[in-house]
Amino acid sequence: MSVLPAASRSRQRAALALLLACALLAFAAAGLAGSVPVPFSDVPHALASLAAGEPDGMSATLLDVRLGRASSAFVTGAALALAGVMMQALVRNPLADPYVLGVSAGAAVGALAALLFGAALWMVDLGALAGAVGISLLLYGLARRDLGGGRGSARTGESGVLLLTGVVLVTLMLSLAPESRLRGMVFWMIGDLAGSSWRLLPWLVLGAAVLLALRRARAMNVMALHADAAAALGIDVAFERRFLFLCSGLLTACAVSTGGSIGFVGLVVPHACRYAFGPDHRILLPAATLAGGGFLVLADTLARTVLAPQQLPVGVLTALIGVPVFLFQLHQLHVRRR
Amino acid sequence: MISTQDLTLRVDGRVLVERLDWRVNAGESWCVIGPNGAGKSTLLRTVAGLRAPDGGAVALAGKPVADWSLPALARERAYLAQSRGDAFAYRVIETVLMARHPYHADRYWEGSDDHAAAEAALRTLDVLHLAERDVRTLSGGERQRVAIAALLAQDTPLLLLDEPANALDLAHQVAVTELMSGLCRAGRAVVSVGHDLNLAWSGATHALLLNGDGSWHAGVTRDVMRPDLLSACLGHPIVALAHGARIVFLPDAPASGIVPSPLRSIQ
Repeated sequence: MSVLPAASRSRQRAALALLLACALLAFAAAGLAGSVPVPFSDVPHALASLAAGEPDGMSATLLDVRLGRASSAFVTGAALALAGVMMQALVRNPLADPYVLGVSAGAAVGALAALLFGAALWMVDLGALAGAVGISLLLYGLARRDLGGGRGSARTGESGVLLLTGVVLVTLMLSLAPESRLRGMVFWMIGDLAGSSWRLLPWLVLGAAVLLALRRARAMNVMALHADAAAALGIDVAFERRFLFLCSGLLTACAVSTGGSIGFVGLVVPHACRYAFGPDHRILLPAATLAGGGFLVLADTLARTVLAPQQLPVGVLTALIGVPVFLFQLHQLHVRRR
Repeated sequence: MISTQDLTLRVDGRVLVERLDWRVNAGESWCVIGPNGAGKSTLLRTVAGLRAPDGGAVALAGKPVADWSLPALARERAYLAQSRGDAFAYRVIETVLMARHPYHADRYWEGSDDHAAAEAALRTLDVLHLAERDVRTLSGGERQRVAIAALLAQDTPLLLLDEPANALDLAHQVAVTELMSGLCRAGRAVVSVGHDLNLAWSGATHALLLNGDGSWHAGVTRDVMRPDLLSACLGHPIVALAHGARIVFLPDAPASGIVPSPLRSIQ
């Protein structure tokens, strides 16, 4: 009997290629669909003028706006899914969420404070980023000793308290906010990609995170398998834990400052990928990144087309899809444990 | 292979092992015997470098454990933890392949040499037919054999095993004990923690008794596994009976009180 992996390796490569193709299709759908359709025949010319840097004509402008929004959606979804995989490996629980650290609560406090004072859009993003990074660093300081120790999982008690504090502050700000600003604040909380466009920074963060994560994929496998004995296989557990903590915190901060706290992507996508491709992080990391990005592009396209011209916040759609999928996954997990 | 000097182990302020001077050489198989909470696992983890000593020093191949780089240490000693909790649905073959990690942390995929080593280890432990199974669906004994197979695939001169016979059926307990003796004859060193005196006697060349109060006895099994020392160590009278050419250890009937009266009348 042979368990040589050549066949399964090429199957995994094919699966990744398929996911990439799906993501590109999602981009195409995002570009073409909308209340004003872009005719197929205009696409080559419009793309050429976009590439030249000067959108020329109706179709090109539409494509520019839509693809810009889709690129934000992709990078946000990919960052959330990747952060989810990392967080799940860190706490060794397949049902952990990138928001488990309270990053979204921190971002919400920052962003809502900016919205409350009627700040400009870039200030809102900056506020979200500041809140998310601030709470990550605070938690990192609190958990630093635990992350270094040989114990099984990072402590989540403090993050629970911080999360609650965040919720209290958010409620306070919502009740203080004037009517006119309430809608924007609520949409931000649900997670909304309207008005987002081409941005370089999240792509840079995502690219760096993917490269670093792929280098550590083998170590992540060992850590996810052995709580205690990863060090016996030559893994610097303290270092890897800090890396996972900081990297997933940064990715989540990046995602929430682009799209608000969009739920369920970081939970459902990694879980579905693990179900389809197995828990090997060398496949799981790129697969979840591509699937998360493609999923959010599709969800956002749906969000702005199903009730057009009315636009739904994309967080509503991810929750609508995510809740039943999550319940199904939870059920599967219990069946298998039995 | 291992040498400890004045090694002291403390847990929560309680002294478990005091001033242990111990040497394990290649080709020796040691069993560590002691009551619950006597520091057997703590000793194993300290020797493995997973925990700092509370006093004294541990050296591996002549070099202090703390001075080894983690990957180099992982090529020198393998460690079987007492229990495993599997959170993710890894396949059996993947868990064994992961034991090859210390040999090439910079390679993305394992090579065919790793697959050969993993297959050989699974075959040795009689679990090759489980190679594609999800580890979370295995029985306790099967999971234990897979974990021991991973240890073999790590291919180290020193093996530290915390209760390797846990959850194994009788046939596999004997087979694993034989396997470890075979490895020692081939020049490796084995230290295993166990509660079965008869398995220890048949498999080990040396024994280390930890009494749990800091005191200890170390030496070849014939000198250390004496009924008087074992009784004092384990807190229960133990008799050694000759059965043909073999010696069998049995717990003696307690002096009073513990055995209920109906049972005593049967005796």
